[in-house]
Formats: sequence, structure tokens, C-alpha cells
Amino acid sequence: MLKVDKEIVSFSINPGGYAKGGTSLENKTGGWRSFRPVLNKEKCVNCMICWLNCPDDSIVVKDGQMLGFDYDYCKGCSLCSNVCPTKAISMVPEV
Amino acid sequence: MAINLKQIAGMEAAYVKGHRMCAGCGVAVFVRELFIASKTAGVDVVIANATGCLEVTSSVYPESAWKYPWLHVAFENAPAAISGVERAYYALKAKGKIKDDRKVKFVAIGGDGASFDIGLQSLSGALERGHNILYIAYDNEAYMNTGYQRSSATPLYADTTTAPFGKKIPGKTQTRKDLFAIAVAHGIPYAATVSIYHWNDLITKIQKALTVEGPTFILSLTPCIPGWNMPVGDAVSLAKAAVETGYWPLVEYENGVYKWSSANPKQLKPIEEFLASQKRFAKLLKNPELLEKFKQDVISNYEKYKKLCGVA
Repeated sequence: MLKVDKEIVSFSINPGGYAKGGTSLENKTGGWRSFRPVLNKEKCVNCMICWLNCPDDSIVVKDGQMLGFDYDYCKGCSLCSNVCPTKAISMVPEV
Repeated sequence: MAINLKQIAGMEAAYVKGHRMCAGCGVAVFVRELFIASKTAGVDVVIANATGCLEVTSSVYPESAWKYPWLHVAFENAPAAISGVERAYYALKAKGKIKDDRKVKFVAIGGDGASFDIGLQSLSGALERGHNILYIAYDNEAYMNTGYQRSSATPLYADTTTAPFGKKIPGKTQTRKDLFAIAVAHGIPYAATVSIYHWNDLITKIQKALTVEGPTFILSLTPCIPGWNMPVGDAVSLAKAAVETGYWPLVEYENGVYKWSSANPKQLKPIEEFLASQKRFAKLLKNPELLEKFKQDVISNYEKYKKLCGVA
């Protein structure tokens, strides 16, 4: 029969790592960009399809108006330009 | 619940910028839409994330892109971990230690590697036990995070690093696993397939999956830029093409009844429209014989679900 010679009183568990929510804001991804989205406000109808689809949450919207882009984080993927129904967003090379 | 984009535009993101996902990633678009669904449905979520693209890019220590309670676990046990979180929540509630009455849904997210292959047994266990969870499989059709190895979700004849399309063997020679059917076979109350282009359909389905009591399941097609080897800004338009060509039928399963989504096309477009811009299918497109087999596979899957839904 198995003999237990010592009772386990307590043991510690490694707590693991944690990070505070929303802290990735510190990492500005705008430097990834080789093409920059540019808005033609005359064509824009504020349908917000670009806002919905931006993978980097970089479409600036205020009071139902599409105002432009957050170039600190925009990775220049051109998704907004592709989904825009009125072709109001054009991609220009970064210099 | 209908969504008015103009009204919700500008709402605070729950998955914030600064994450390291590839430019134009389809999964990032999906997660955005997931949070819009959770906020508009008024349901708070707790997330367990299996290892995968979404996890490694959103939680580069010591940062996190998530604004909801979020837990990273291994490849194989996200559904098991979220089952534990769910039980603990209800136990604490029964003891009176949690007093607020807000609606909470426990969500596990995994890629196709975690859902179709490595985590399938724990997913099956969690669905069978009937926890109040939503399991989301975002399907980018291979192990994209580790270098595009084939998974059981990879489609027929796709070129991957472990099943390359060569002269003797034409890429992956097996058809994709039907995880949707496997999930439905557990007798769960709600399951649906979604695509990121059809956002209204997607958000409505996720809202339903979040509010239905019991285990629910969502399977989403999320295009992968480097893995599918396609132009950077095309994630959403390819998701659209997948639905329009019949490659990705949008279906719903609710309490034993299949429903055909109204977002499905009336007339199917030629499959080439979906394949053309993806270089993983470049060699398949040059081989008419295999292309015909690929088409038959897509059509038989499409017809199977059409029949299940009772659509002529």
C-alpha cells in the first residue's frame, strides 16, 4: 500500500501573466504603412461602411460624420478604399 | 435586431487599435463586428481565446488589445476553460457573491486549427455538457500563425506548406471537415455560418447566438492575406465572393430547424471569381480536370445545405 509520509499543507500556483485591457494603444502601427488613405469629402456619403470594416479602428467618426483617418495606427491596408461604395477614398504612396 | 450603422458609428471599440494583426486582416474585421453585436444586443462577454493568430497578435506582453475580460489558454482547451469560468460565475452568483443582474455570455474563440483539429474534443465536451457558452470558430483554412500548414479546414487542392501543390500530389487531396454539421450533431439550440462581408446577417446571427440560453456555435470565414496569398485590401471582397459563388453557404440552425439565409445569392457566380486572386489556387486554376472536381465538391456541399434548409 502506498504510504504518504507528508501531508501537503499548501502549495502555490504560478499566477501567470496579465495585462491591462486596451493597453495595445501604446504600440503605434502607423509605421507599417506604405500607402496612405486619403478622403475626398465631396464624394463621401457618411455610410460608415469603412468604419465598420477598418481592422485597426482608424476611421475617425464624430457625430455621424466621417472625418478622416488616424494615421498613428492606420496600417494602409486599403480595405476602406475597396469597400467604399462611392470611391471616396484613394490610396497614395507614402513618401 | 436591426442595426443602423450611422447610429452606432464611432462607438468605442472593445478591440482597440495597436494590435499586431496583418494589415487588412479578415479576423480583425470579424472581431469588430463581434463586439458591435455584443454591445447592440446588450450582452457582456467573457472570452477564452485559444492559441492562434488572434491571440498572439492581440496580447503581446505586457499589452492587450481587449477591453473585455479575456483569458488566453492553450490550443486545445479554450472550450474547457470557458466552461470552468461559466460554472464559477454561476456558483458565485448562487452564493450571492455576484450581485448584478447583467446578461453575460461566455465566449470561446479559436481559429480553425484550434477548432477543427486540436481542440475538437474539448469543444465537443463543452457543447455536450450544455454550458451557457458561445463557441466561435474563425476559419482561415490553415495554420496561418505558424506558417500556413494544412488543417482539416483547408479546402481541396489548396497549396499549403505541408501539402504543397506539386507535380505528383495536387496540394491537399482531402475535402474540408464539416465542423458545422459536427456542432449541430450535439443537439445544441443554435448554430450559424457567417461571412464578414454580410455584416448585417453576421451581427444578427451573433446577437441571436449571444442571447439564446445554452451552447451556441458560430463558424465564420475570415480571409487570411499571407496564407491565401492574396492582395492586401481584398479580405472583405473575397468573403463576399465566397458567398456569391456558393463556396460558403450562409445557414442557420435553430432548435432542430435549418434556415437558409436571405443573404445567399439567387444565382451562383462562377467559382473562378473566388479563386482567381488567391495564389494558393494558382496551380489549380491551370488544371481543368482538378478544377472540375473542386467545383463538384463546392456544389455538392452547397446543395447539401440547400436541401437541409428545404430550399428548392
